[in-house]
Amino acid sequence: MTAALLKDRLALVWAGLVIATIVSVLVGHDHAALGQAGAVIVLVIALVKARYVGLEFMELRTAPRVLRGLFEAWCLVVAAMVVVLFLVGS
Amino acid sequence: MSTVETSRGVESARPAMPDPARPRIPGEAGIWVFIGGETVAFTFLFVIWLYSHSQHPDLYSVGQQQLAVGFGAVDTLLLLASSLFVVIGVRAVRAGLRPLGPIAFAGGLACGLGFAISKVIEWGGHIAAGQVVQTNEFWVYYYALTGMHFFHLLIGMGVLGWCFLQARKPALSAQRFAYLEGGACFWHMVDFLWIVLFPLIYLVR
Repeated sequence: MTAALLKDRLALVWAGLVIATIVSVLVGHDHAALGQAGAVIVLVIALVKARYVGLEFMELRTAPRVLRGLFEAWCLVVAAMVVVLFLVGS
Repeated sequence: MSTVETSRGVESARPAMPDPARPRIPGEAGIWVFIGGETVAFTFLFVIWLYSHSQHPDLYSVGQQQLAVGFGAVDTLLLLASSLFVVIGVRAVRAGLRPLGPIAFAGGLACGLGFAISKVIEWGGHIAAGQVVQTNEFWVYYYALTGMHFFHLLIGMGVLGWCFLQARKPALSAQRFAYLEGGACFWHMVDFLWIVLFPLIYLVR
């Protein structure tokens, strides 16, 4: 019965989130080699991950357009903001 | 299978399965005002961290090298695991799968507790090494951001405890189920805020 609950996107999204976390740590660890590009990649991955937590786990995918839109706009704005602030500051 | 059949008897008292074609608010509207407010507050913390980073690049360079990335990474995976448990818990309660619901919420709570223990060990190590709030601005913001998140994690654990108790009941009213869903969404917020905090604090140098 657990398998039935895991159908649709849930298992796939969760596996993607775990893989993205591991990739982030590897990229983040190798920061010196990748330089600023590594930091930008890691920050963008984080906000993409946050978006999937919202859409799948919080069920915002099927929420009213306003609520889903606000959340996705937040992800986009924060991604742009942290990348720009990091690049300007470093 | 017997569990499913037993649950059919109380199905009328349960909320209907969500219809993907019809938009619906997860939980109820009030929780989203709260989640929105908390999210905006944390957004300010992200900005403050990056601004402080830009003002004191040397302090941050040294400070971040003293952080244990492993703790942050394991914490992230623990919260992802807890979120999966909580999603399964909500779906189980919705489907009337009686034994699975409370088990899933207990699993989510256990992962949350794992995060809390991990954070306390991590903080303990830094405090023992003399890396405290008084050390410099890097440590002020490190403790402020991780502490603020920890505070929300503790509230979230209380919420999951409540969800666990609700999931044990034979049936929930639609209103009660909406609160359970809202509680689950609060926990997922604790998860996604850490997902952003982890690279900001530990990885981006």
